[in-house]
Amino acid sequence: MRIDVLINYLPLYKKAALLTVRLGLAGIVFAILIGLFCALIQYFKIPFLRRIVSVYIEISRNTPLLIQLFFIYYGLPKIGIRTDAETCGIAGLAFLGGSYMAEAFRSGLEAIPDIQRESAYSLGMNHFQTMWHIILPQAISISIPAFVANVIFLLKETSVFSAISLMDLMFTAKDLIGLYSKTTESLFLLVVFYLIILLSVSLLGSLLERRLRYAGFGS
Amino acid sequence: MPDLGLEVLFKGKNMVRLLGGIGVALKISLIAVVISIPLGILLGALMTWKNRGVRAILRIYLEFVRIMPQMVLLFLCYFGTTRAFGWNLSGETSAVIVFTLWGTAEMSDLVRGALISIPIHQYESSEALGFNRAQTYLYIVIPQAIRRLIPLSINLITRMIKTTSLILMIGVVEVIKVAQQIIEANRMASPNAAFGVYLTVLLLYFLACWPISLLAKYLERKWR
Amino acid sequence: MGEILLSVENVTKSYGKNVVLDDMSFQVRQGEVIVVVGPSGCGKSTLLRCINALEPIQSGKIKLNGEIVNPDGKNLTQLRQKIGMVFQSYDLFPHLSVLNNIMIAPCKVQKRKKDEVQKEAYALLERVNLKEKADSYPRELSGGQKQRVAIVRALCMHPEILLFDEVTAALDPEMVREVLDVILGLADSGKTMIIVTHEMQFARAIADRILFLDGGKIVENGSPEDFFEHPKTERARKFLHTFEFNRIKQVHHSECEEQNA
Repeated sequence: MRIDVLINYLPLYKKAALLTVRLGLAGIVFAILIGLFCALIQYFKIPFLRRIVSVYIEISRNTPLLIQLFFIYYGLPKIGIRTDAETCGIAGLAFLGGSYMAEAFRSGLEAIPDIQRESAYSLGMNHFQTMWHIILPQAISISIPAFVANVIFLLKETSVFSAISLMDLMFTAKDLIGLYSKTTESLFLLVVFYLIILLSVSLLGSLLERRLRYAGFGS
Repeated sequence: MPDLGLEVLFKGKNMVRLLGGIGVALKISLIAVVISIPLGILLGALMTWKNRGVRAILRIYLEFVRIMPQMVLLFLCYFGTTRAFGWNLSGETSAVIVFTLWGTAEMSDLVRGALISIPIHQYESSEALGFNRAQTYLYIVIPQAIRRLIPLSINLITRMIKTTSLILMIGVVEVIKVAQQIIEANRMASPNAAFGVYLTVLLLYFLACWPISLLAKYLERKWR
Repeated sequence: MGEILLSVENVTKSYGKNVVLDDMSFQVRQGEVIVVVGPSGCGKSTLLRCINALEPIQSGKIKLNGEIVNPDGKNLTQLRQKIGMVFQSYDLFPHLSVLNNIMIAPCKVQKRKKDEVQKEAYALLERVNLKEKADSYPRELSGGQKQRVAIVRALCMHPEILLFDEVTAALDPEMVREVLDVILGLADSGKTMIIVTHEMQFARAIADRILFLDGGKIVENGSPEDFFEHPKTERARKFLHTFEFNRIKQVHHSECEEQNA
C-alpha cells in the first residue's frame, strides 16, 4: 500500500462520502415521515388507507432496493415520470426505508399498554392530548433501538446508488480500480470511509438509546 | 393505455431467460443459506461461552461483517483477493463466499439473541428440578430458543435473497443483467421495454420473498 | 348526607352474550364512601370503568350531577375531569417525573397556571409523605409510592368523586397500609369515593355503605355493620366465609385418631 496514492485519492473519497451521507440522510428523513404516517394509519386502523399501507409495506420489504432504483430510474420515465439520479436515489431509499420505519414505530405504539391511554382519558385528556403527551413520547423511545438499526441499514443500502451512476463511495472505488488498478488503496479507503460513517452513526445511536431509555423500565 | 413495453416479455424466450436469471440469484442464496445456518448456530453458541479470547475474536469478525455494506464485502472478495493472494475468483464464487460469511454472522447474532433472551430463572428452575446442564439445554432452553429463532432465520433467508441482486455489480449474469440485455436488444422495436421488464423483475423478487415473509410472520404469531 | 352526586340507573353492560352488569341501579351522595365488594368476575371493576366511560354500556344511564356520562358524549372530557380514577396496575406515565405526572393534566387539560398547580402538587405530595420524590421517575418508586402518586395525580384535578379500582391488589403486603392510610385520610376530609377492594378490614373501617355484587347484580346494599355481622343472603355469607380460615391441624389430628381407632 502506498501512502502517496492514499493521499492522492483522499479528496475523491471525501467528496463521495459527502454524497453518500447527504443522499442517505435525505432519504432517511423522508423514510421517517412516511414511516410515522403509515404507523399511525395502522395504529388507528383507518379503513381503506390501512389496506394501501399494508400493500406498500409488503412490496417495499420484499423487493431489493437495487431493483426499486432501476424501476424508478429506467422504468418510470417510460410512462412520463422522470427523475434525476439524486432524486431517484432519495426516493428509492425513502420508499424502502418508509416500511422499515413504519414497522419500528408501529411496534413501539403497540407496546404501550392500554392502561396508559385509559388513565390519560380518565384525567380528562382528549384523543389528541393523549396521543401527543402520553403515547407518542413513550412509543418513540421504545422504538429507538429499531430506529437506529434502520438508520444504519439504510446508510448501508446507499451502497447500491452507484448502479444509477451516482458518484458515491462504491462508484469511486470501482472507478479507481478500473482506471488505475490501485486495488489495495482503493479498497482500503472504501472500507475506512464506510467505517467512519457507520461507526459514528452507531455510536450516536447508542448514546441516543441510553438517553431515552426511560420507557423500557416499566411504569 | 400507454405502451408499457410488456410485449417484450412474450417475445421469444425472454420470460424463460428472466426466470433463469432469478434462478441464478436464488441458487446462490440457497447455497449460502444452507452453509451459513449451521455455521451461525455454532458460532452463536460459542458466543455465549465464557472464554474471553474466543469471544473477542468472534466479536470483531461479526461486527465487521455486519456493519459493512454487503456490496463492500463483495468488492473486497472479488477484487481484493485477486490482489492479495492472486486468486482469480469468479463472481459467483465470490458471491457465495461473501453471502456465507455475512449470513453466518447474522445467524450467529440471532442465535446469541435467542439464547440470552431465555430468562435466567428458566435455567435455575430446571436445575432445581434436578436437570443437569445438558438436559437443561436439551429440554428447556433449546426448545424455547428455537421458537424465537425460526421466524427470525426465515426472515434472514428473504434478506439474503434480496441481497443477491447486488451480484450484478461484480459481473454475474443474473436476472438484472438478463433484463438489461433484453431491453438493449429490443431498443428499436419496444422503446418502452424498460418499464415492463423492470416491473417484471421487481415482481419476480417479490414472488420469491413474499411467501417466505408470510411464513415467518405466521410462525412468529403462532409461537409468541 | 348531601345531595345525590352520582346515579347509576338500570345500567346493563355485556360483552357479547356475557352479561357483566345486569340492570344495575344505585346512587351516591355527596361525601359518601361506597365500598364495592364481591367475588372476582362479579363486575366490580367493570362498574367503575363504565362510570368513567372507559367502556360503553348497552342500556341505562349514568349521571353525574344530572349530566349523562356517555363514551360518545361531547362533554366527556369535561365530565371525566370531575371523576378521578386510580387503577390497580400502577398507571403512572413512565416518561414523566412524579411532579410532571401530577401536573400534566391540570396544565394541559384544565389550562391552569403552572406555578399554582406546582404549589398544589407539592402540598399534596407532602400530604402523602412523598415531597422528596417530586423529581424522581416512576421506575425509581416502590409500588406503594407509585400508587400514592397516582392518587395525588387524580386529586390535583379537583374531582368531585374518586374511583379506586383494587388499588392495593398488586402491592406487596407491607405497602398496602401506606396506601390505605392515604385513602382513609381522604374519607376523613369528606371526599366522595367509590372503592373496589378485597381488603375486608379496610372496607369495614372506611365504608358508609357496602355494595355486595354477584353475577352482575347488587345482592346487598347496606351499612358495613349489617353486611359483616348479619349478611342477609346466603351468597354474601359464602363470600365472607372465604376470608376465614379454620384451624386445619386439629382437624387432621382428629381424623388421624379416627383412622387409628
